[in-house]
Amino acid sequence: MSVIYVLLAISIIVAVAFFIAFITAVKTGQYDDSYTPSVRVLFEDELIKEKSNTNKSILTKKNNTN
Amino acid sequence: MEHKSCFHCGLDCESTPITYDDKSFCCHGCKTVYEIFSANDLTCYYDLENAPGATPKEIEGKFDFLDNAAIVEKLLEFNNDHTQIVSLYIPHIHCSSCIWVLENLNKLHPNISSSLVNFGAKTVRITFDMSQLSLKDLVLLLNSIGYEPYISLENYETGKHKIDRSIIYKLGVSGFAFGNVMLFSFPEYFQVDGFWLEQYKHVFRWLMFAFSIPVVFYASQDYFVSAFKGLRSKMLNIDVPIALGISVLFLRSTFEIIFDTGSGFFDSLTGLVFFLLLGKFFQQKTYAFLSFERDYKSYFPIGITKITPDGKETSIQVYDIKKGDRLLIRNEELIPVDCILIKGNARIDYSFVTGESEAVSKSSGEKLFAGGKQLDGIIEVDVLKSVEQSYLTQLWSNDVFKKDKEDAFTTLTNRISKHFTIAILIIAAVATTFWLVHDSSKALNVFTAVLIIACPCAIALSAPFTLGNLLRILGKKKFYLKNASVIEQLAQINTIIFDKTGTITTNDEAQITYDGVDLNAEETRLLKNTLRGSNHPLSRSLYNLLEDNDIVSLDYYQEHLGKGIEAHYNNKHIKVGSAAFVGQHETATTLNTTVHVSAENNYKGKFTFYNAYRKGLSQLFGTLKADYDLAIISGDNEGEKDNLTKLLPTKTKLLFNQKPDDKLEYIKYHQSESANVLMVGDGLNDAGALAQSNVGIAISENVNVFSPACDAILDASKFNQLAHYINASKSAIKIIKWSFIVSFFYNVIGLYFAVTGQLAPVVAAILMPLSSISIVTFTTIATNLLGRRLE
Repeated sequence: MSVIYVLLAISIIVAVAFFIAFITAVKTGQYDDSYTPSVRVLFEDELIKEKSNTNKSILTKKNNTN
Repeated sequence: MEHKSCFHCGLDCESTPITYDDKSFCCHGCKTVYEIFSANDLTCYYDLENAPGATPKEIEGKFDFLDNAAIVEKLLEFNNDHTQIVSLYIPHIHCSSCIWVLENLNKLHPNISSSLVNFGAKTVRITFDMSQLSLKDLVLLLNSIGYEPYISLENYETGKHKIDRSIIYKLGVSGFAFGNVMLFSFPEYFQVDGFWLEQYKHVFRWLMFAFSIPVVFYASQDYFVSAFKGLRSKMLNIDVPIALGISVLFLRSTFEIIFDTGSGFFDSLTGLVFFLLLGKFFQQKTYAFLSFERDYKSYFPIGITKITPDGKETSIQVYDIKKGDRLLIRNEELIPVDCILIKGNARIDYSFVTGESEAVSKSSGEKLFAGGKQLDGIIEVDVLKSVEQSYLTQLWSNDVFKKDKEDAFTTLTNRISKHFTIAILIIAAVATTFWLVHDSSKALNVFTAVLIIACPCAIALSAPFTLGNLLRILGKKKFYLKNASVIEQLAQINTIIFDKTGTITTNDEAQITYDGVDLNAEETRLLKNTLRGSNHPLSRSLYNLLEDNDIVSLDYYQEHLGKGIEAHYNNKHIKVGSAAFVGQHETATTLNTTVHVSAENNYKGKFTFYNAYRKGLSQLFGTLKADYDLAIISGDNEGEKDNLTKLLPTKTKLLFNQKPDDKLEYIKYHQSESANVLMVGDGLNDAGALAQSNVGIAISENVNVFSPACDAILDASKFNQLAHYINASKSAIKIIKWSFIVSFFYNVIGLYFAVTGQLAPVVAAILMPLSSISIVTFTTIATNLLGRRLE
């Protein structure tokens, strides 16, 4: 058995694994709303800031894109 | 005097701000919201954005229908013992503060376990425990913080709708296969005639075969279905040569690897499908916050209060309303059926229906039509007709609402494809015959090669990329199109019909003129102060017109509903209102709205309200008149006729007193004379006309609020740009034609290889992506240049 078969098998397994990851991502709705998560990711910091009682306005981005 | 703006909603606090916690608020509603947030450690809300809030509205009894278990059951997305999920549409969602506070709802109430905002669609999906917190209380909680959900009859019908993600799956499958097949076919491109390749090429080939199976049988099934449909209705649409190309590619490649005559064209096959789907994906631009399919259902409430014969109030579903029922309509509620007013004073705003912003007053015994909104207190009505049979809703039973405009329209691509397919089949036949005579072993080879290379990938991509890109550009200019084929239809327009009220006029401003005896300074001051107390829309516009004066408190003030207002100050007496009310017998009946004034019972004069036309109206009509037939069609009386004839080009047709059905018929009549009609309207009364026309554009002052079903929504501020947008769509068609020429050029090169019988897989693998990519680049650059010319 040549090493090429082993390599092929590994490469296909890796490729299929990523493919399945993509399908699950679509299925769970990751591509349905492409905007809100980009804002949400910034909020975690704000919450911690609030606990340490520093009220600074950092995020003043205007959002009027869809 | 510099007024402070409200810390919560940003509105002007006027002269009497409410101060709390060192912050000023415009009203107690805003202050209360702030109190709720500060008590729950949610003041971060105000750090993210300045003054992001909305004042909570009085909604006494508005959501009582949520007590009805059957309605609640329909609204819930998921319902299990202690877990309920509901998705609510909240129009106020507009900034990052909104997302933040709505996703922290669990801090406000312990029985809300989580909430997730979809910013694009302006919805929030809330998971809560209904045994502890009813849906009604949840909605009231949202309202108390200024986020009132909008629940209409439409939610009731659709409930849980599925999102179609198949295009993403197909794109993923074909992209995945394309990448892998490319890697496997690489060794053979370079013709390394070594022992190494000979030994393994079968493995590579069969792997490529395996990868292309899902591409042919899953990812490209839409093309086969569409080609089949086209053939059945005897139409050679663009999907016919595509489907032919895909099948020939797959069959020939399979035979080649079975009989070991070559490596097949699996790389071109998967690439072709991938690029085609990419075009399809690009052409789909949906605006999650807009809907182009609205009918009366999105305006109508789900539930309404019924008064049972024994005097009790119950909530019933709108569809359960029967003739003869007694209904209770509260302030700000919509009347869902045609009915007779029994008790109370009705002031009905028919702006949803007619686009007319001014409310009409009705007294007991008069008929009220569905679609009106009650503005003054509670009324009781007797039902005359059920929902589906009411005057307004009957419009939707017209067949025109069942037709799909997109299906009826033959796109430019499909028109070209007919000739293209025939030409290709002729070339294939001629070339095959030639080779049968000269070298019959090559005949089959040449026949398939022609069909493979002529597969119109570049042609099929021209329109999606051009139109898809223009769709996005126009979307940025606040002209939102339902789909790409609207651009093509817009380019063929030769007749434009406008609605009047709300379309060419603005709703918020009116032009007011005064005739009569001049009012002295004291009278003007008294008039201004009198109007200050009234909420009637005419009083508000008149109040804004008059110059600022000192505010005095009046000695006596009385509003006579449907008649006018009366006030005393320093022994001066003033009356404002209808002619009869101020003691003037109407001499000549005018068609325009008038407000009369008298002081000390002496008639002074009248204010006449004219429609204010949108900026750039005459200019727009001036530009359009050269190329299009223009008409104005209005449900109003002829009061504005003289004004319009002055403003607009002389050949513009003016039609007044047109009912919704008349508008539809008028457009049908024009179409029967082979006109392509563009209808521009705004209200629900235009819905029929918008659906009947070739392209229906709804004008909207605020795209987040509702507009009737249409093909495109145009932001009112861009109304004067309409002519440019139509021209842009015409230029887009020119771009598509140019890219057709470019792709024919590629086809000629490919056909040379095919006809002479020297089409190697590597040639196909280079030619197909090259032509596709160059077409995409060309159309993208050209449409971007086009977009730059638009304002």
